[in-house]
Amino acid sequence: MASTIAAPADADDRVSARSIGARLLSRPEIGSLVGAAVILVFFLVTAEPFRDLNNAGTILYQASLIGVMAVPVSLLMIGGEFDLSAGVAVTTGGLTAGIFAYQFSVNVWVGMAVALVLALAIGLFNGWLLMRTGLPSFLVTLGTFFILQGLNVAVTRLTSGAVASNSISDMDGFTSAKALFASEFKLGGLTIKIIVVWWTVFVAIAAWMLLRTKIGNWIFAVGGDAASARAVGVPVKKVKIGLFMTVGFFAWFTGMQLLFVQNGVVQSGEGVGKEFLYIIAAVVGGCLLTGGYGSVVGGAVGALIFGMVQLGVVYAGWNPDWFKAFLGAMLLLATIVNLVVKNKADAR
Amino acid sequence: MVRWHRKAVVTSAALALVLAAGACSDSGGKQEEQKADAGSGNVATTPRIKVALITHSKAGDTFWDIVRRGAEAAAQKDNIELQYSSDPDGAAQANLVQTAIDSKVDGIAVTLNKPDAMMPNVKKAIAAGIPVTVLNGGLDTWKQSGAIGYFGQDERIAGEATGDKLKQLGAKKVLCIVHEQGNVSLEARCQGIKNKFGVVENLNVDGADQPGTQATITSKLQQDKSVDYLVGLNAGVTLTAVQAAKDAGSSAKIGSFDMSKEMAKAVKDGTVQFAVDQQPYLQGYLAIDAIWLSKTNGNSIGGGEATLTGPSFVEKSNIEAVEKFAAAGTR
Repeated sequence: MASTIAAPADADDRVSARSIGARLLSRPEIGSLVGAAVILVFFLVTAEPFRDLNNAGTILYQASLIGVMAVPVSLLMIGGEFDLSAGVAVTTGGLTAGIFAYQFSVNVWVGMAVALVLALAIGLFNGWLLMRTGLPSFLVTLGTFFILQGLNVAVTRLTSGAVASNSISDMDGFTSAKALFASEFKLGGLTIKIIVVWWTVFVAIAAWMLLRTKIGNWIFAVGGDAASARAVGVPVKKVKIGLFMTVGFFAWFTGMQLLFVQNGVVQSGEGVGKEFLYIIAAVVGGCLLTGGYGSVVGGAVGALIFGMVQLGVVYAGWNPDWFKAFLGAMLLLATIVNLVVKNKADAR
Repeated sequence: MVRWHRKAVVTSAALALVLAAGACSDSGGKQEEQKADAGSGNVATTPRIKVALITHSKAGDTFWDIVRRGAEAAAQKDNIELQYSSDPDGAAQANLVQTAIDSKVDGIAVTLNKPDAMMPNVKKAIAAGIPVTVLNGGLDTWKQSGAIGYFGQDERIAGEATGDKLKQLGAKKVLCIVHEQGNVSLEARCQGIKNKFGVVENLNVDGADQPGTQATITSKLQQDKSVDYLVGLNAGVTLTAVQAAKDAGSSAKIGSFDMSKEMAKAVKDGTVQFAVDQQPYLQGYLAIDAIWLSKTNGNSIGGGEATLTGPSFVEKSNIEAVEKFAAAGTR
């Protein structure tokens, strides 16, 4: 996936042409790719079901549950911001669509549209408050995180009298929406969930946008140094708010997947802690916590690593008590590899 | 500098060893552990099979540890290789069922506390010819999944039995402490108490945050003096409530759901009046044993109905019998 940048027509003497190898090494996602390869080989050796190609569908699905959200979170982190409310916003999206459709007895698609508006509004609110107050995004989104967590449970109980939303599986539009968000198809012996396809599409679009368009350059610029970016005419405020709204859109999308894969029911307490998994995926993929550096593809590879480790431990039949410790070690290893490769590349 | 450093390490290590050797405790500790006598008998001669136990437990939960012990005891007797995995997230737990199908296991025991997320994959497993048993949660949905048996407690019935018990004990106003927002089983327990008892208020706390839980219960008791009975929905939360009632200077009495070592002690010394035990060990044991029986002899347990493992009340009157098993971590 590493893109090679076409050399300018007439070579400028200030930029010397670099070898393909050096250019590859300087990509942010290269460390995570190496890490993913190592982990893949490791589990191929230790876990017998891992070798069955037909089980790759399960692993890809597990990775996509985090991977879809890792796309906007990677972009946001490259733009120099955090979103701690991303995990519960997913649940909010699913709940809103389900509750709205059920309470007003409208077509499921109407509920989904309302949820989308709300999700974008949450993103807008986060971004606006951040730019308005100048507070760190860590604090702003921490506030949003608590608000949403409380609203999820409170509003659900208020409307359905329980802590899960009422099922909308028998309502108009459910079947068509389910086909879009939570269906699966066979590819040879492989069962591919539709969310995996969407994930691939999203990664491709976001990676192209980041590397090939003006908006992508703006994202790098505002993450690297907002003041300088503003000085050269980058619309910092618009870019940052746009990034938060992108997270909102993806939270809505993942929420819809949650709603339809669970037969039209969402548990109101879910999603807490997920935001860190998205951030971890992005960081393993080479995004820096300080912003201005990273890649969307890396975030996808980070999610893949997460999925492989999560299920690899199960496939290998190990005691899952060790899973978290194993995961932590893997993450440290991956990030250290990232750092080493980056330093090597920079030194050239 | 380095040399001094090394000397210091060696000296302190030696000192620590000497101290540890000379500081044996005369009571308590590992030396007093009773070995649980599970699976020390003969192993079945049936062919070795692989069974997955898939729960919605968080890592490091006492209750689920007891379930797992029961499952492991059955697995050991039945010559079964048990693969345990768990995930509190519905979609991820469903994916673990898929993982078990991929691994070509011979049977799956699963919790259906989040039936909507789990159902498609459980049905898929059954369609693939893997017998499935359900434990702990999913009382209303296990039949439609096609599972061969259900082993657990009917939470509403357990709640109602508790409500009756509270009436009998002469309680006036009950506080039902919900430690996990969004957990249907816990809601059903409080609802059951309400059905039989009436004057019940729910209090939401965060079970993962013990100090926070304690402070929340204390402030509630200070605010509402009319509460004279607290019901915690798991052992840890109830023991926190005992402490909170002390802090608040409240004379409210306390009841609990679920057992643990410490809970057995608390029932014995009267700080907790009763514990509603759903016998998690039995849930794990039966869920695995039922798969073995179905595989080796075509049996099914429960005659197509749920096999209830609770409620059984543990009180001062019967604590003697339960205590030693609780201490061994199997009740």
